[in-house]
Amino acid sequence: MFFYLLRRLLYAVPIALSVSLVCFLLVHIAPGDPVNAIVPADAPAAVVEQIRREYGLDKPLPVQFVLWLWHVLQGDLGRSLATGRSVSEDLYAAVGNTLMLALAAAGIGFLAGTAFGTLAAAFRGTWVDKLAVAFASAGVSVPHYWLGMVMVVVFSVMLNALPAMGAGPGGSASWAWDWQHIQFLVLPALTLSVIPMGIVTRAVRGTVVEILNQDFITTLRGKGLRRGGVVRHVVKNAAPSVLAIMGLQLGYLMGGSILVETVFSWPGTGFLLNSAIFQRDIPVLQGTILVLALFFVVLNLAVDLLQTALDPRIRRT
Amino acid sequence: MTFSLDRRGLFRASAAAAAAALPAWMGPAAIGWDPALAQAPGGHLRVGMTASAVPLSNGCPDQGGEGQRFMGITLYDQLVMWDLSQSDKAATLKPGLATEWAVDPGDPKRWLFTLRQGVPFHDGHVLTVEDLVFTFDRAFKRDAPWFDARASAQVTPRFPTLARWGAGEDGRFWLETSIPDSTIPYALTWLGVVHKGAWEAAGSNWDNYLLKAVGTGPWKLTSFSVRERAELARFDEYWDKARVAKSARLTLLPLPEANTRVAALRSGQVDFIEAPPPDALDSLRAANFRIITNAYPHNWTWHLSMVEGSPWRDIRVRKAANLALNRAELKELLGGLMIEGNGLVPPGNPWAGNPSFKLVHDLPQARKLMGEAGFSAANPLRTRIGISSSGSGQMQPLPMNEYIQQALKEAYFDISFEVFDWNTLITIWQGGAKGPNVRGCTGINFSYAAFDPYSAFIRLLKSDLHAPRGVNWGWFNDPAFDALFTEVYNTFDAAKQDALLARVHEKIVDEALFLFAAHDLNPRAISPRVQGFVQAQSWFQDLTPIRMG
Repeated sequence: MFFYLLRRLLYAVPIALSVSLVCFLLVHIAPGDPVNAIVPADAPAAVVEQIRREYGLDKPLPVQFVLWLWHVLQGDLGRSLATGRSVSEDLYAAVGNTLMLALAAAGIGFLAGTAFGTLAAAFRGTWVDKLAVAFASAGVSVPHYWLGMVMVVVFSVMLNALPAMGAGPGGSASWAWDWQHIQFLVLPALTLSVIPMGIVTRAVRGTVVEILNQDFITTLRGKGLRRGGVVRHVVKNAAPSVLAIMGLQLGYLMGGSILVETVFSWPGTGFLLNSAIFQRDIPVLQGTILVLALFFVVLNLAVDLLQTALDPRIRRT
Repeated sequence: MTFSLDRRGLFRASAAAAAAALPAWMGPAAIGWDPALAQAPGGHLRVGMTASAVPLSNGCPDQGGEGQRFMGITLYDQLVMWDLSQSDKAATLKPGLATEWAVDPGDPKRWLFTLRQGVPFHDGHVLTVEDLVFTFDRAFKRDAPWFDARASAQVTPRFPTLARWGAGEDGRFWLETSIPDSTIPYALTWLGVVHKGAWEAAGSNWDNYLLKAVGTGPWKLTSFSVRERAELARFDEYWDKARVAKSARLTLLPLPEANTRVAALRSGQVDFIEAPPPDALDSLRAANFRIITNAYPHNWTWHLSMVEGSPWRDIRVRKAANLALNRAELKELLGGLMIEGNGLVPPGNPWAGNPSFKLVHDLPQARKLMGEAGFSAANPLRTRIGISSSGSGQMQPLPMNEYIQQALKEAYFDISFEVFDWNTLITIWQGGAKGPNVRGCTGINFSYAAFDPYSAFIRLLKSDLHAPRGVNWGWFNDPAFDALFTEVYNTFDAAKQDALLARVHEKIVDEALFLFAAHDLNPRAISPRVQGFVQAQSWFQDLTPIRMG
């Protein structure tokens, strides 16, 4: 197991490198000058050159990439072109906010998805099943930024019941776990939860139906096991595959909330990435994408390990 | 004892619980509105900006006009300031931290400034002439220990002629320019005055200073989170008692997404938003929000290439394009949210003058001119224009350009577009019409801020300010204009300078040097609770008169 863990962690190195390199190249292939994000459009060439030198943008691209990599290895993700602040500091705050949002969305999505999926499987072929499947399909299909806007119109504008944007009345720095603050989380978390909810519903339904059709379930029932006991066995057998899907979904939620965070002005990694894209803030883009990629790798590893713990038949060597 | 709950009982219990919870859940606190704060004297003004981050709080903010509007003139004062107290005429300059200024009678390149006495900074320090030297060193003296490259990048373009500065023995501040330059007072409106003690208190570090910014402005910084918000509080000791802020607090929120700004306003999370999208205006009005617009020096044009081979070198073609454009229809397309193009300054501006070439819709004349230039329906002028898909100040670039494309087609133009993202178009603008990225474009759609004579005219048309020295994109070269600009630089009397600039503008319009399409109207949407706001004809606005009802 130790060697498995080590190997998986080592896999993260080429993944992180590749992601960083692709991101770096994409940003530089796009026309336009990153310095435009920080100087007025009519700034004299001498000023632009000075800024370019200060940020190392005057060096050849391979040198820029290697220098960035060297600093990353020392724990330095650089300074934002747009704000001059340490990328690590900005990222630390943003990752915390996104994690909070992603976990809330995952909690809603996974619980609702599991409940709907189980119900659909238990009542397969009935209207309950059809309703759950329709719900799941809608969840996967609806563009969540559109859903977010609809939620804002209904709950913020029409009902004036929940905040339309932000991360607390005083911003995320003064976040507290009371209703005054949690209410800011409700709409973005609900919006973000619809995709994992749909996917988990379908996964749970499929897995549970498959397990319910297996011989050992008939045997368990034949032996007179009560309904609760059968459900326990079904859940235990379904858990590993459903867990794998949930792990992937949590990863997607961490990295895929750009639009939702923008619609709700939620100051997480998605909002940060969105700003960085428009400002062509290369250090912030690279640092954020690197951290998200590593997060994805670690999350997958954690899910794999959890699967092993839940089902000893799955060997990780 | 047994407990049973039938379906009716469940509904009753749920309804009772909901009724108990609703007052708290749906109250004002639910949306982050604190009644106690709102009832503080003057209340709490919350602004939704279009910026994607809070502009820098260092006295030389980034993000152009919006940065200066919300962080430049709120936290800081400048030697010379804009009078933003009236909405019915273009904003003019007024004394700020300098009570008066003049050119040295013996040296037209030397300016002398008399400082206002007893002006307190937010930390209690009182303004001295050394603070002015520190402010200039910080922005322009590259070998100074307190040089701030970030601030320098923002303000250096505003001071193209600055050479030296210092404290005079008579207590006045002086500066010298490389050539006589009468536009210096305009440039000074961009430079917020800071002092060394505040920089040292921030650990002699300009990045740390952003969190502990200290100015002399009507608001003082209480918290700054560049990605989320800035909180400002009224500075009760402000030197200009007529401009002590009426609101107790000011919160600035970056809300780059237009729909989010509207939702935040309509749900009561902010009171004042910049640039509401045109399709939200009717619903905002219907919900009792006020839409405020006013003219301001903004231009939406096609900047035309004068490089050899460009069809726009022919004045008949330039005039024909301007006559083919029906600006009233363009205005209708935008739901009325524009002023019909009047040149490089909007109507009523003191520099507008009275050009002989009238920017009207006259299709027969446009066709006649094109015919004289050798074009016809069978042989249209085929050329390409670079446009952006969006961008600061670009209004609605896609539908507007598509409309112009159709309008010009009627006058024998066959225009195709090269669509760039905004950042790329800025790079192309900087690179000039001979630049490597123009992709065959003979014009670009670029919007301009006409803050002052330099930004309105000189930078666009002075022959030596082509790339890489400036943004004379089209490589325009006319000694007559250069002579006029030299005269502008040498004219220190404000009225005479205005008259001269009006002559410059008349010549620009008469020669149809641009396709003059529109001027933005700078729309804002405000809550009915916002009282006392006067929208000046300026890129900058004074928030101090606002009181929350």
